[in-house]
Amino acid sequence: MIELLLWPWLGGMLIAVATGPLGAFVVWRRMAYFGDTLAHAALLGVALGWILQINLNLAVVLFCLLLAILLSTLMYQRIIATDTLLGILSHSSLAIGLVIISMFNDQPVDLMAMLFGDLLALGIDDMAWISISVALALGVLAWFWRPLLSHTICPELAHVEGVNNNLMRTLLFVLIAMVIAIAMKVVGVLLITSLLIIPAASARRLASTPEQMAIWASLFGCLAITGGMSLSWYYDSPAGPSVVVVASATFFCLYLWPRQQPQ
Amino acid sequence: MAEGILSARGLMVKRNRRKLIHDVSLDLQAGQITTLIGPNGAGKSTLVRTLLGLQKASAGTITKRPDLRVGYMPQKLNLESTLPLRVQRFIDLGLGKHRLPKNLLQAMFQACRIEHLLTQPMQYLSGGETQRVLLLRSLLNSPHLLILDEPVQGVDIAGQADMYQLIVNIRDQLGCGILMISHDLHMVAAATDQVICLNQHVCCSGHPQQVSQDPAIVELFGNQGVSALAVYNHQHNHHHDSQGTIIPGHHHGGCEHD
Repeated sequence: MIELLLWPWLGGMLIAVATGPLGAFVVWRRMAYFGDTLAHAALLGVALGWILQINLNLAVVLFCLLLAILLSTLMYQRIIATDTLLGILSHSSLAIGLVIISMFNDQPVDLMAMLFGDLLALGIDDMAWISISVALALGVLAWFWRPLLSHTICPELAHVEGVNNNLMRTLLFVLIAMVIAIAMKVVGVLLITSLLIIPAASARRLASTPEQMAIWASLFGCLAITGGMSLSWYYDSPAGPSVVVVASATFFCLYLWPRQQPQ
Repeated sequence: MAEGILSARGLMVKRNRRKLIHDVSLDLQAGQITTLIGPNGAGKSTLVRTLLGLQKASAGTITKRPDLRVGYMPQKLNLESTLPLRVQRFIDLGLGKHRLPKNLLQAMFQACRIEHLLTQPMQYLSGGETQRVLLLRSLLNSPHLLILDEPVQGVDIAGQADMYQLIVNIRDQLGCGILMISHDLHMVAAATDQVICLNQHVCCSGHPQQVSQDPAIVELFGNQGVSALAVYNHQHNHHHDSQGTIIPGHHHGGCEHD
């Protein structure tokens, strides 16, 4: 049992640690829909990666990064409303991805695993790239924490105080794209945003500083992974959805609990 | 003679082929308060954003004193309720390399009356409290120029007079130039050295008294507006407290009264 669950659990925990602070930014900046768009695009990334015969992980990361940078530019230009733009890209990439994948009769890609995650399939081989990606994401976040926070609170003030807003926005987009590409393994493209948003939303209940919120979000993420895997182990439920169920249950428990003091 | 800190010549800003402002020239001096007035849609915020570099000018030049440090107070702060942020932390985020000397910083904290708010979440502040916190944050890094976008928005009438007095005090203590947007002509006259009346272009500019006699201002604000400016010129040698009572002998020295 230990050998079977150790690597999936460790990989899931690592990813949850990264989705905590990034999810906080997603919540603060109301980027939930943006996360969804990137997640759906990840599926198209898989399909394209398969056609081009390149490493699928690499294909997903590259495609998400490409889309993140494209979105960062398009949203800045404000040609059409952001949510409309995201809606178009989100669903068309999901649809195109599904069509391409279904065109291969021999099913080279496990569609269910893509859509809902295949946490238990994580092995020791996956640890290397998960660790590197998570370390990179956390490192960049820590290094740029202050300007990222200033940029999120008020871009105008940040600009006057010398923060490069374009850099900060692109940086956040790229980090989210990267984490989505790795989190796809855990909960699948349809549920990734929940791993970003739900732990951060739960954390809001307990935090009175941005840093506290980031740390609590990571802890709630880890709790969701652990709880979800236990649920999956004992009741044979699918691992990805179980993780999300535990995350949501935590959220509702916290919000039903009466508040001690205004935060 | 006052030292020039920022000059703009022939500024024009276009959006979707529409000119938001055009042919705007102005000079800002250290130690002087310049007030930008004008009707809604006159391009006041556009001008301020252009001077700050938040928006690109389609034509014209902006010349700044070398290493000019600018403090900015935005019109309002759109803070998500999901972001836990206390007042103290919000202020700390604005502290840079050129922060004010400690005693002056302390004095500014007191002047802005926010010491009792420091542990409060930003989202719990009233309109006036938020404005005072934003004002304090704008002057943390010893700015040479303060740009205030409607500093009294959301502040009640009694608080507005206090706010303008506070701005005058800040100018006196820091010696910085101030450019502010305001709607209230009466208040403007009481606390300003130069008025620029903007309606896409500069309609008129100068000392409040000068401007009050300009036909352009009558056209924009009507006679009532003009009398607001003119009335002030008969009362410039004393100061009102927040109840409107005249405070004898309290007269700040910064303005050049005739």
